Order: sequence, then structure tokens, then C-alpha cells
Amino acid sequence: MNWSRKWINPVLDKEFRLRMRTPRSAISLLAYILVLGLIALGFIYVTLYLGNNGNQPFNSSAGRMMFYVLSFAQLVLIAFMAPALTAGVISGEREKQTLSMLLTTQQSSATIILSKLFSSLSFMTLIIVATMPIYSIVFLYGGISLKQMIFIFLFYLFVMLLLGALGVLFSTLFKRTMISVIVTYGVGLCIFLMTGLIYLFAMSIVQRHQYALQPGTGTTYSWVGYILGLNPAGALISLFEPSFSKSAFLLRNGNLNSDAPIQLWQEFLLVYTVVIIAAIWISIRRIRPDAGRKFKKRGTQALSMDTGGNDPS
Amino acid sequence: MIDIQHLSKRYGNFDALKDINLFIPEGTVFGFVGPNGAGKSTTMSILATLMLPTSGVAKVDGFDVTQHPKEVRKRIGYMPDFFGVYDQLKTTEYLHFYGASYNIPRAERDQLIPQLLELVNLSDKSDVYVDGLSRGMKQRLCLARCLIHDPKVLILDEPASGLDPRARIEMREILKELKQMGKTIIISSHILPELAEMVDEIGVIEHGQMVAQGRVADIQARLRVKKVLHIRVLEREDELSARLQDEPLVSAVLSDNTGIHVHFGGGDLEQVQLLQKMIAWGYGVVSFHEAQTNLEDVFLEITKGGAVI
Repeated sequence: MNWSRKWINPVLDKEFRLRMRTPRSAISLLAYILVLGLIALGFIYVTLYLGNNGNQPFNSSAGRMMFYVLSFAQLVLIAFMAPALTAGVISGEREKQTLSMLLTTQQSSATIILSKLFSSLSFMTLIIVATMPIYSIVFLYGGISLKQMIFIFLFYLFVMLLLGALGVLFSTLFKRTMISVIVTYGVGLCIFLMTGLIYLFAMSIVQRHQYALQPGTGTTYSWVGYILGLNPAGALISLFEPSFSKSAFLLRNGNLNSDAPIQLWQEFLLVYTVVIIAAIWISIRRIRPDAGRKFKKRGTQALSMDTGGNDPS
Repeated sequence: MIDIQHLSKRYGNFDALKDINLFIPEGTVFGFVGPNGAGKSTTMSILATLMLPTSGVAKVDGFDVTQHPKEVRKRIGYMPDFFGVYDQLKTTEYLHFYGASYNIPRAERDQLIPQLLELVNLSDKSDVYVDGLSRGMKQRLCLARCLIHDPKVLILDEPASGLDPRARIEMREILKELKQMGKTIIISSHILPELAEMVDEIGVIEHGQMVAQGRVADIQARLRVKKVLHIRVLEREDELSARLQDEPLVSAVLSDNTGIHVHFGGGDLEQVQLLQKMIAWGYGVVSFHEAQTNLEDVFLEITKGGAVI
């Protein structure tokens, strides 16, 4: 097929083949759907049979609640899966001693990095798409629009891209896959947990300070809300409930007329888009040994000799 | 074809390469000889665009490895000393992957790959997973990979390391074939006899410095490597060994079950005089001949002194 030859470069083709030939991929897919399916069934069981002595009807609000639970569960699963799939893509080649041969081909550094990232993201996307039938249970009861669901899935793609880009970056920077995986999980933990904890801590301090002031003085909104915008869970809730952003920034009750400076999910996208671009750019620059020094050398040459003819690799 | 001028590579305070100069003409098979850590692999990595030199220039077919790495990569086939393979790919898929990575069209690859597999004697393994190949087969497959884009230069770092004698012979035969095809080959090896048969020139590197370079015979002549005379007598071998040690042109005498090995510093005339002397002493000389000095002797002679020639 001509289109596939045009769009699927050799590195991507090889990655797809290698990934789908191992039983690990099928097992991962099965385990993922099983976990999410059990969470969905567990929620239905708790809501229908344990709530209100088994007389609780499964209405639209329960459907919405189930959607939230599934969405958070999915976010946590992505946080565990993405580093595992991406943090070894370059260091793994280095450990298998195949990287040097790959680097002497005509494939550019950008092609290698982007193909590795894209192939990992494709597999994660496959897993996420495979969970859609579980989500369809929600539509039996209503309470969630298709638009909301599409937004949530796009948000997942972005989170996968973020964690994937970080995984590829650390895989490029560290020679050992084990170290790369640990660092990627560490940074993921900071993004998912530390930002939330720092927000709660900072919010409590700022609110205490505000209550000490005379009524009518002080500000309505605080910068503290920006911290929560860095948290994926905060951004996800703001997608469910747009008013959540307002309450994240709000310091005093009763001032709900003003809007939040920015929606949490918008801040999340803006900040982490920069992080993703930086991570991919550094990975491309650093995949080849001495690439950093080469860059400096080129800069120096350009300044001192003003010579051209550098072949970007 | 390969032109290296004042090439140096420094890792922190360690000089891996010190002012290396080397010129390898087109079609030459150049043997890179040196002990472990001498700088062979570093030089080859720089030529393969995998490493930048600290100073100096390295060119392949006129293209500077730091300024035009893409052009250099088109012209080289690089086989590292240690390499892995993608076990989950079949032999032909493996070659297709690298062929596509060198932007060779599919139709061309379909024709090329069976020829390459035939060259490296792997035609019967075309549909086998790489995982199922022996070490020697993987080495040959890697060599086929190096050739997929028909490079002018082959950079082979220890291509026969870890191979059993049969696989080593097979590899040597393939390299001879490549030599006949007119490829410029730069090859490093610890096993000197296997290099001696196929190289046109050698470069001996030690502690990051090129200590000798040129044709093996020329280096031998320049070094004045001592002759080794092999002598066999009918009886009283130990007595003759002791007497030979007192001879002025003899530097060492070794005995084993094949006879006496004499390291002799004289010319042809002195050699004749020594034979006449032994006969005059009354020894029954069965054989008296000059043993062939090989690459190993040259290497040992060069590296023991540490002198640059």
C-alpha cells in the first residue's frame, strides 16, 4: 500500500511489528480492560445492591458518578502504563546494542525519537479505545454527553503524550532502562500527587491569612489555584465541572460572580505543551552521543568563523 | 578514501586518541591492530559518526565526519564490536528494515536481499527469526546489513570476535570476497593471523597513538625484526642450545619438541657461517631454515618498545 509506505517510516514499521509480536502486548491489553471492567462492575454492584438496601435505582446521577469513577481510574492506569511503555524505548536499544547501528542509517534523530514515541502512544491509544465498551455502560443510564466523553478521551491522549515524552526524554538521557523508568515514575508522581498536595498546603496557608484580614479587604482569587492547574486530576475535574476552576482559585465564599482567571484544564494544556515540546526537543538533540557538545561547537563556530555547511543530523 | 589528520579524543583527563594521522586509499583493506583500550574502537566510532573528536579532522570519501555526517553515513557500512539484533524480526525483515532505513525502495530491496543472504551464506535462513540464528550467523547477517546500501567503505570492529574456528573461516572468506569487490575495508582484530591473510596495510595503535603504519613487509624491514632460525639436530640438542647462546648474533634460544628456535640478528652471510660452524662442531644437522615472521611478531616487536616509527 503506497499510503502506508508514505506515512509509516521504517522505524515506526519495525516498532509496530516488534510490539505486536510479543504476547506481552495482548496480556497488557487484557489486564487493562479487566481492571477497568472490574471497577465498573464493582461500582454498579455497590450502587445498586449495597446502597439503600438494594432499592437504589441506577439513575442518571449514578451514571455520571460512574463516569467520574471510571475516568479517574483510567487516569491512574495511564499514569502507571505510560512510563512503562516509553521509558525504555531508547535505553532499551542502547542496552540491546542496536542503537549504534540505527544511528548510522539515514534516519534522522527526529524520525527515530518521534517514531518511538508515536508507536508507544499508538499502543496506549489502542488500549484506551478498547475500554470504550466499558464506558458505554454509562450511556445506558445517561447523565453524560458524547461531547464530554470525547473531551475526556482527548485529555487522556494529552496526558499520555506528556508522560510518553518524559519517558522518551529520560530514556535518552539515562543509559539504563531501570533508572529511566524510576525517574519517569518519580516525575509522574510529582505531577500527579505532589502538585495536589502542594496546592492543599498552600491553599490552607493563604486562606488562614485571608481570614485574619478585615472583611472586605484582600483579594477574591489567589495564585494558589494555578498550582492545581498543574495537576491532571484537577484539570480532569475542571473538564467535568467548569465551575471547579472557579472554586480552585476562590478564597472567600459568596463571591461566585467572578470568573476564574483560567480554566484549570486550559492551564494544564498550556504548561505541559511547553514541557512536551521541550522533552521531545532535548531527546532529539541528545540521542546521538556528544550531540550537546556538537551543538555548542557549532554555535561557537558560527560565532567565531561564520562558516556554514553544517549538516543537520 | 579515509583521511584522518591530527585526530584526538579526550575523555576528561584520559587521552583515548593522540594526534592520529592516517590515510587509506580506495580499495585498500586496512588492518587496525592494537591491544584492548588502545583506541581502535574510538577511531572507528568517530569514522562512523557516532562520536565527535576533541580535535582534528576525519574524512570519508572527502566528507568530514563532523560537518557532513549524513553524507558519511551513506558511504559507510559499520559493524560494531558488540551488537544486538531485533530477535522478533525474521532475517529478511531485519534486512528490509535496514534497507528502508537507508531509503532503498522496496522493489530494489526485494532483489537485493536474496543476493546479500547468498553472499553471507544465509539463503536457507531467510524465513527464520533472528533469535534462532547462531552467533556466527548473526555476525554474517550483520555484515549483510552493512552491505545493504552498497557502501564504499566498510568499518568492521572485531568482526570475528567470539566466533568458533569454522565461523571465523567463513567470515574470512566473505571478507576476501568483499575485498575482490573493491570495497575499502578498515578492520580491527585481536586475532592477527586472520588479518595477515587479507590486509594490504596495517596500522598499529597503542595508548591512543599510531605507532606504525604501512605494508606488513615494509614495517618488518623498517623494524629489522629479528629472524627466527629453526634448527633440528640428530642428537645433543641441549648441548647445542647452550653453545648457540654464546654466539654474538644470537639474542635468544628456545627449545621445544619441534627443535631449537634461535633469534638471530645477522644477515644471510652470517646465517651460512653459523650453519658451517655447527657442522664443524660435529652436530648432525637435519634441518636449518628461517621461520616466517608474521603479523604477530611485528605487533609484538612494535608494542614492546613503545617507539613510534
